[in-house]
Amino acid sequence: MADLSVKICGIPFKNPVIPASGVFGYGREYEQYYDLSRLGGISTKGTTGTKRTGNLPPRVAETTMGMLNSVGLQNPGIDAFIENELPHLLACDTVILANIAGSTADECAEVAAKLDKTDVHMIELNISCPNVKQGGAAFGTSCEAAAQVTKAVRRATKKPLCVKLSPNVTSITEIAKAVEAEGADALSLINTLLGMRIDLRTRRPILHNNMGGFSGPAVFPVAVRMVWQVANAVSLPVIGMGGVMSGEDAAELMMAGASAVQVGTAIVQDPYAPLRIIDELNDWLDSNHIASAAELTGSVKPW
Amino acid sequence: MKQDKYTEKLTYRVRSMEQLTAAAWSMVIECPDVAAKAQPGQFVNLLPDGGFTLRRPISICGIDKEQGTLRIVFEVRGKGTKVLSDLRAGDTINMLAPLGHGFALPEQDARVILVGGGIGTPPMLPLAQYSGKNAVVICGFRNKDAVILQDDFAAAGAKTILCTDDGSAGRYGLVTLPLEEEIKAEKPALICACGPTPMLKATAALAKTYEIPCQVSLEERMGCGIGACLVCACRTLDEHGAEQYQHVCKNGPVFNAQEVIW
Repeated sequence: MADLSVKICGIPFKNPVIPASGVFGYGREYEQYYDLSRLGGISTKGTTGTKRTGNLPPRVAETTMGMLNSVGLQNPGIDAFIENELPHLLACDTVILANIAGSTADECAEVAAKLDKTDVHMIELNISCPNVKQGGAAFGTSCEAAAQVTKAVRRATKKPLCVKLSPNVTSITEIAKAVEAEGADALSLINTLLGMRIDLRTRRPILHNNMGGFSGPAVFPVAVRMVWQVANAVSLPVIGMGGVMSGEDAAELMMAGASAVQVGTAIVQDPYAPLRIIDELNDWLDSNHIASAAELTGSVKPW
Repeated sequence: MKQDKYTEKLTYRVRSMEQLTAAAWSMVIECPDVAAKAQPGQFVNLLPDGGFTLRRPISICGIDKEQGTLRIVFEVRGKGTKVLSDLRAGDTINMLAPLGHGFALPEQDARVILVGGGIGTPPMLPLAQYSGKNAVVICGFRNKDAVILQDDFAAAGAKTILCTDDGSAGRYGLVTLPLEEEIKAEKPALICACGPTPMLKATAALAKTYEIPCQVSLEERMGCGIGACLVCACRTLDEHGAEQYQHVCKNGPVFNAQEVIW
């Protein structure tokens, strides 16, 4: 039995496998399948200053080895989250990363300020949602906007602040450095890649939003590459995600530089995916005589 | 497929496969734990082998709690359902079930009208079996080659009315004509419907006109199937009449027709 525990921003995680924001809601749907305390952490559904109803359906399309989604940040708003969902999550004996988003830097800061007064363990600032018109990816695709929103949220909270980056940029390392300079404590990447599918019969895009976020095993090599680049460009811990489907994928992303991984599309397919990935990672470490998962982080030997 | 203890929990055996039409297949799945819990109107979410990312949601057509089996009837629509149709007795299937919110059943001796359109017909069968001779089942299909399940409805004791779009079997035309005749003949306690959206919309409109409770089973492109990922949104009215999104997998697939914004 390998030691699966990792530490990010001083917070101990019992293992490095975290359901990604958006696929796991606030955890309740998954409790009927297993005890949430078995997870390394939970990144909660992206929550905004006020309630959002989300985008018109269809919101999902299958692709080869992946999927597109355009949910559009449907959520009940930060006050309802803090009142109705957070107490239950905090009682689950796992690390809670509150994922937040907003149309403006002020909205993000206001949400962070409200969370600052709670016992949530970490704030994950989403500057990369591809499915909303304002805010979202608009923050994450220029260094100035990314820096500005990070600065505003940094002022609003002393909680460990993880900023979630978009892959839909020319240079993700420049954005990572801009966010680091404004006081982020950690980075998570990659959010989904912007994609599109068309129904040949109707000539309509399958998603009502026309475009959506592309995820799943097809994007895994992009995630490995970007995690590696970012981990080498900044001195912050990185939480890697993007198409992790197995324990070996988790090990690979950690070798590229991730301190932990998030799992999204795999959970949409199979509610037990995070538990299976934890077991597979443990088995892989044992069979390779590696004592601790933390040893993997950044251990790639590049040519 | 690599089997681990978690995948094993979702793995079930196919007891039988039967081809009903050129495109429609009937599958019986051995799943005592699922059959024990399943309710009419719920669905199963099947993951075809071969690298598909998303599961295929399919409504439940039969629940046999004694045999510990479920029956589903589905149509081959694309590559994933083609893989499912290639399964044979003894093969295994990865299934998450039972899922969703089913039909609220009426009194067993109450008159009910069940309306099924095309591949929306299968979830009507458990309701027909429940209500027996008190059920009138009105089914619509494209043509005679697409007709399914009429013998099963008759065996349940229900009165069956068959319609086809081209008149090649049963009555010529839409299900709404016999539906209105049956309503006028004797007002039912409940109408249940599953099928194409225009059919559901027309059925809901008739139910409203005649002030009859109506439950409809909806379809939407789906993700997790358990209410977390929020992709299978449908527009409904809340108790104050305000528009909201609910989710077909968790709040449905069965909705009160008057809540649905068509």
